Amino acid sequence: MTAEHPLLEIKTVYKAFGGVQALSDITFSLNPGSITGLIGPNGAGKTTLFNLISGVFPEDKGKIVFSRTDIKNKKPHKLVELGISRTFQNVELFDSMTVLENILVGQHTRTRCGMWGSILRFPWVAAEEKKAYHFAMELLDFVGLNGHADKTSGDLPFGWQRLLEIARALASSPKLLLLDEPAAGLNIVETMRLGDLIRKIREQGVTILLVEHDMSLTMEISDWIVVLDQGKKIAEGCPRTVQADEAVIAAYLGTAGNKAEG
Amino acid sequence: MTSHQTRNRICYAVFSLLIIVAGYTIENPYYIQVLTFIGINTLLALGLNMLMGYAGQISLGHAAFYGIGAYGTAILTVHYNLSPWMALPAAIASAMIVAYIVGIPTLKLSGYYLGMGTLGFGMIVNILFREWSSVTGGASGFIGIPTLELGPISFSSGRNYFYLVWGFVLTSFIVCQRIIDSRIGRALRAIHDGEKAASAVGVDTRKLKLQVFILSAAFSALAGFLYAHLIFFISPGTFSFIASIRMVTMVVIGGMASIWGSLLGASLLTLLPEWLHAFSEFEMVVYGLILMIVMIFLPRGLTRGLLDIYERAVKKNDR
Repeated sequence: MTAEHPLLEIKTVYKAFGGVQALSDITFSLNPGSITGLIGPNGAGKTTLFNLISGVFPEDKGKIVFSRTDIKNKKPHKLVELGISRTFQNVELFDSMTVLENILVGQHTRTRCGMWGSILRFPWVAAEEKKAYHFAMELLDFVGLNGHADKTSGDLPFGWQRLLEIARALASSPKLLLLDEPAAGLNIVETMRLGDLIRKIREQGVTILLVEHDMSLTMEISDWIVVLDQGKKIAEGCPRTVQADEAVIAAYLGTAGNKAEG
Repeated sequence: MTSHQTRNRICYAVFSLLIIVAGYTIENPYYIQVLTFIGINTLLALGLNMLMGYAGQISLGHAAFYGIGAYGTAILTVHYNLSPWMALPAAIASAMIVAYIVGIPTLKLSGYYLGMGTLGFGMIVNILFREWSSVTGGASGFIGIPTLELGPISFSSGRNYFYLVWGFVLTSFIVCQRIIDSRIGRALRAIHDGEKAASAVGVDTRKLKLQVFILSAAFSALAGFLYAHLIFFISPGTFSFIASIRMVTMVVIGGMASIWGSLLGASLLTLLPEWLHAFSEFEMVVYGLILMIVMIFLPRGLTRGLLDIYERAVKKNDR
């Protein structure tokens, strides 16, 4: 690997829920500016790993280091401040709010007006609001939702909701973007556009970790693939190597002999 | 964004004008009294609406803060001979401190459990009012609360008190409107729509819920202060569980997440019992029936319901 220091390091991480070992001995790292695909059959522990990285719950053993900071016991909102942003498998927008407002909330950590600031409306508050508004408009333009700022987000078609959620995640200017099955529920055209968008985001210098079931999309856009199966890492490498890996093929197609060993 | 602000300014200008005109033209002291009560109830509904309507956190114990405001000023002015204007910030501050202490463990709960937690808190405070008789006067109540005076102006006459209460209402409306239209207000609504997503975009949900809980306690305490100096006599019954439920009803009937809804809800729930005296023993039955009908036909509250009817009428005309 390169001499560059990795942005995110996952070091021998374990996580169990009751008696179920959801993750065991997971180690890999993300290089700055890379797109990494995290794949594996259902129940492999992908979402659990996402929740660990975004601070929903802590790991049992091991360490997750982001930008040289151990993120153990840091609350999700603190991690957003540090530069980790995420989307959800089942789009979690603020449905009653407009498209614009969703992105403004996304800028929560970039802005600082508090209770008193809002009541007394200091001059800097108005300037901050204006800046936030312009940045939100830029982001809408970036994901291709310009012209829909005032629509209620809950009324948008599903594909647009996905785009809006990505725009909202970008609103905090993250260093690392976690995308949880961004292509789920999208049609072929939308999925292609999504692939272009993800590449465009990377061009802005954002590192991306992607959980995705759509293999053609994942293999096409990722620089690096990590494969999980039943809570363990079974392979890692560039897309072509991983696709040829026997353990991976077995995990997906289920060769009886391999299962028994594993 | 700017058109929204202009519209708000016009609304508040018209509202202030209405207050002044009402104060000038209404002669009947009974009407003035009823309007003053509506103002006090509006403050209660507004504070709770910030918590319930905007942040989506229920409280079934808010009458406790109402009571802390009222008993706070009563105790400080009567037992300690403090000026009411000194007692006001002290009473509000005590409600805020209690809200802080109670809020830290309670706001970790959500839904029914939060309802239960706050309900218990409200009952404990009410028992305190009732049983700590050396300080609160116990079940027979607290008498001799002084009249408010500001230099030569005495707030004993109905008209002056009317202006005082509605002045506070107007200020509170503007304060709440500003919070709602800000970064904080957006974050509150985000918590309402999805707490998980709110924290995933960087909102410190625990801190913000606590802040808005404290804020709404402050409004309730202000209402309690105004109530105590209007009536001069307070008793635990006014701040019981029923009062908490009435506050929730005002918010729901008027309209969740609507500042003007607080005014509508408070008006309806203050006026209804006055109108329904004619039904004598059936008063409560008719009262309940009306609330049921409102909820069945306008489930999102009066404000949204009336707006929907208006918008539908406009659409029909367009066609």
